[in-house]
Amino acid sequence: MSENGNERIKPKMSLWERLYFPEILRGMSITIRVFFRPKFTRQYPEERWIPPPVFRGRPVLVMEDETGVERCVACGLCARVCPSLAIQVQAAETELDKERYPKLFEINMLRCIFCGFCEEVCPEEAIIMSKEFELTFTNPKDAIYGKDKLLIPASQLKDRLDFLKQYR
Amino acid sequence: MPKVTIEGKTVEVENGTTIIRAAAQAGIEIPHFCWHPGLSVAGNCRMCLVEIEKMPKLAIACATQVSDGMVVHVNSEKAIEARKAVLEFILINHPLDCPICDEAGECNLQDYTYSYGPGHSALEEAKNKKPKRVPLGPNVVYDAERCILCSRCIRVMDEVVKNPTLTFVERGDRVYIDTFPGKELNDPYSMNVIDVCPVGALTNRDYRFKARVWETSSTEGICAGCSRGCNINIWVRNNEILRLTPRFNPEVNSYWMCDNGRLNSFREVNSAERLNSPLVRKDGVLQEAGWDESLAHAADALKPFSKDEIAVFGSAYSSVEDNYILQKFAKQVLGTTNIDFLQHTIEGDQDNLLIRADKTPNSCGAREAGVVSSKGVDSKKIFELIAAGKIKALYVMDDDIAASKEIEELLTKLDVLIVNHWVKTKTTQLADVVFPSATFAEKYGTFVNFLGRVQMFRPAVSTLEQERVPGRFTMSRLDKFGSAFDKWNKGPRRNVRSSWEIISAVGNLLGGKMRYQSAQKVFDEIAQVAPSFKGLSYAKLGDRGALLSRQGSGSIGKKSKEEALVS
Repeated sequence: MSENGNERIKPKMSLWERLYFPEILRGMSITIRVFFRPKFTRQYPEERWIPPPVFRGRPVLVMEDETGVERCVACGLCARVCPSLAIQVQAAETELDKERYPKLFEINMLRCIFCGFCEEVCPEEAIIMSKEFELTFTNPKDAIYGKDKLLIPASQLKDRLDFLKQYR
Repeated sequence: MPKVTIEGKTVEVENGTTIIRAAAQAGIEIPHFCWHPGLSVAGNCRMCLVEIEKMPKLAIACATQVSDGMVVHVNSEKAIEARKAVLEFILINHPLDCPICDEAGECNLQDYTYSYGPGHSALEEAKNKKPKRVPLGPNVVYDAERCILCSRCIRVMDEVVKNPTLTFVERGDRVYIDTFPGKELNDPYSMNVIDVCPVGALTNRDYRFKARVWETSSTEGICAGCSRGCNINIWVRNNEILRLTPRFNPEVNSYWMCDNGRLNSFREVNSAERLNSPLVRKDGVLQEAGWDESLAHAADALKPFSKDEIAVFGSAYSSVEDNYILQKFAKQVLGTTNIDFLQHTIEGDQDNLLIRADKTPNSCGAREAGVVSSKGVDSKKIFELIAAGKIKALYVMDDDIAASKEIEELLTKLDVLIVNHWVKTKTTQLADVVFPSATFAEKYGTFVNFLGRVQMFRPAVSTLEQERVPGRFTMSRLDKFGSAFDKWNKGPRRNVRSSWEIISAVGNLLGGKMRYQSAQKVFDEIAQVAPSFKGLSYAKLGDRGALLSRQGSGSIGKKSKEEALVS
């Protein structure tokens, strides 16, 4: 028994294993085999990974291509469900059929935990998780993304929108 | 008196009581839409169906009177089944737009559907299309699709406001509510239809889409719009008042309040013109200064004047406590009897429901607290004495006395003018020292309404020094889970103090002994000193307030002409 009360398990080794050298050779053979396999290390900044549609990157707002209007109706359910209180929405009235739109829509990307609840709760499929995961800031204020950074045309988000359709 | 058993609870109620009221007395809520305690019985929503033993069919609780020995089941299988069916029926054409509906979060239909609804609909047909976003009047917008046709709004306009404006038009599933031809919903009480609407069909144009219900917290308060003193809830988000709604008080306003109070009485609290720091005149210009500095400055400025050279104005806008401290300051510290306050009445702007001609919330309280002219020196006389150069220093609390050009010119004659106010006014601009004071939504205090009812209010908006009181406001989600560093917690916290604090501090610098820890302590002293407040305390005022005792100074108690009009 060790100090913390857990039983320490000593592996029982066979004679062959206890001989030591054969095991070293076995290990080396694995290393040498892998050495000649094709490389899968990515030269990251030059070589980029494009995530699959299931990936949850930063949340974005969907903008309709034809009209350039956001789908969002500023219902605030994303802000309501957000476990880290990262989203702030301020609604206002619009002449459009949808009656209301977000005058202000801000996500604090330092708070966002990429859980995707906002996407799940959205009644309009207006906020969805994108493929973007590279978020760097030099100032906490830069981490608050407004509508200028959040609005993305629907055509650029086709992968995720198609993916979500399977689960509607 | 009939005894009735509701859900196993036996209550004895008055003859002729309906089941829904008897259930309320027994502490049981029966779901309802069209019934409203302040309105007549319509019985058209069928939501309150209950099972009554020995009756062949279910009966509506709102219109069925109790009889002796009646046994009522609210949650029996049959009653639950009926509620489900009624909800499914109401939801046939009700749009599923809760996310964009302002009522969501305080909607009866939403709550009941959650509690009792079937969770599905038997109908596959598309929902009815009806007029949306119809402006019924300057303050109310109507959405016919959301309307469940309970007729509460029609009955409010007919029965309470006594200005029939609304009616049903069309028939069957095409029914909607509209104004009579050529009429508009522009009554001074029109916005009560929004409060009674059990769904989001009638919305407040001023508050529309401003916030979701769960983002706001409400604090009980008193409307400062007129001397009625309607009981209100103050809805606040990010330290900003977003709307006011009436709160039930049978002695004052029942379930109602007027549009003017609802829309305008909180504007000054949110105003961009708010004073945010004491101001002291240096080299002819008002400049920001610290509290200690400006309090000392005010005390020094008042020192050289004899008691006959100083006058003091109380205010019917500030609380009983403020006025009491002011008169104590005047009489005990300054030794002057030149004290009065200004009335702000609009003759004729009064009716038999709520609106009073006296547009201040506390003229009665100011008088009772001792801000009364004596020896013939009233406000008019004070202005005359200023004109004659006999009064050289003036302290004005929470009021804009420079109502006219003449008075403005008079005030320039003064050697010293000290003003407390919450916003920039003509008076503050002429002042030598300005203290920023707290509004009715930022402090503890009491108002006395025109009937002599003492009502208490608490801070609904935090200031730099005064937090809201935990447990005295409903917690919004942001209050519960947010932190002080949240963006939505960065609303302006103003550097203001209650007038009684400011005045007692000035008084103490001039040798007075006015040391109070809180407004409550001031009120306790008033209850000891002033006969009309005898026996009252903050605890006794409660939710409904309490009447002044009739042995008071005489301004209360005698039925005035105005009062006779109302009763």
